[in-house]
Amino acid sequence: MSGYEEERLGELLSSLPPAPEPWVHAAKQIPQVGERLDRIVERAESDEEYRRKVVADPEAALEEADVIAHSDAVEILRRKLDK
Amino acid sequence: MTVEAMSMHVELTDAQLVARCRSGDHQAWNELVERFSRYVYAIAIQAFKLPEHDAEDVFQEVFTRAYEHLHKLRSDEAIRPWLAQLTRRLCIDRLRASLQEQPEDVPEPVDVEDTIGRLDEAMAVHEALAILPDNCQDILDRFFAKDESYRTIGEALDLPSGTIASRISRCLVKLRVQMEGRNSGPATS
Repeated sequence: MSGYEEERLGELLSSLPPAPEPWVHAAKQIPQVGERLDRIVERAESDEEYRRKVVADPEAALEEADVIAHSDAVEILRRKLDK
Repeated sequence: MTVEAMSMHVELTDAQLVARCRSGDHQAWNELVERFSRYVYAIAIQAFKLPEHDAEDVFQEVFTRAYEHLHKLRSDEAIRPWLAQLTRRLCIDRLRASLQEQPEDVPEPVDVEDTIGRLDEAMAVHEALAILPDNCQDILDRFFAKDESYRTIGEALDLPSGTIASRISRCLVKLRVQMEGRNSGPATS
């Protein structure tokens, strides 16, 4: 960076506003969500009826596991079930 | 990002933070999200001008993939360009999906490179900001990044609104000195 005029510094500070707080909160939950998804998959592997329910309605399975049924979570769950 | 979080972040380099995340440290993951959330958000909104709901999907997918593939990162120090590249790719995917076209039919907006360059510069300023006294971090972040009025800042920080402009000016001088010191001194991390 060249030229540290205060006006330029202000412009640069302005260019990084905070991301919406709920987005940041959800991103922080990703490790915990991964663990909950793993538990759903483990249960589905040992319980065929539960597996059918999860495949038919992954959003409901996620909500039951206290996971926000974001499209990414649904996709990851499907991928894990397909493995 | 909270001012407190920004202060905490200067204690760890990007590489150290990534290494801790990879070892399963959830607190380190929280810090990584705090450190880069504004950057990812700004790329999606400013460089690609995605609508808010698409930007939210990209934002979550960037961090989900980052968490899943952190072990594939060749250099821990390269987390920022890696996140930038990942965000760019996912933004392009999103634009393609919205237009129902093939990837080669959807060029990046012409000024993406310039915008990301500016955001990289802004990240360096934010790192310098995190080294300033708490009161300067808070007032500059509120005024510039959060776009708060003098009145709102005065009420939040219990300061007469007539003194806000001069405080901002003094803090900007400190930030400028900090930036000049960073660039003239030996390279760190």
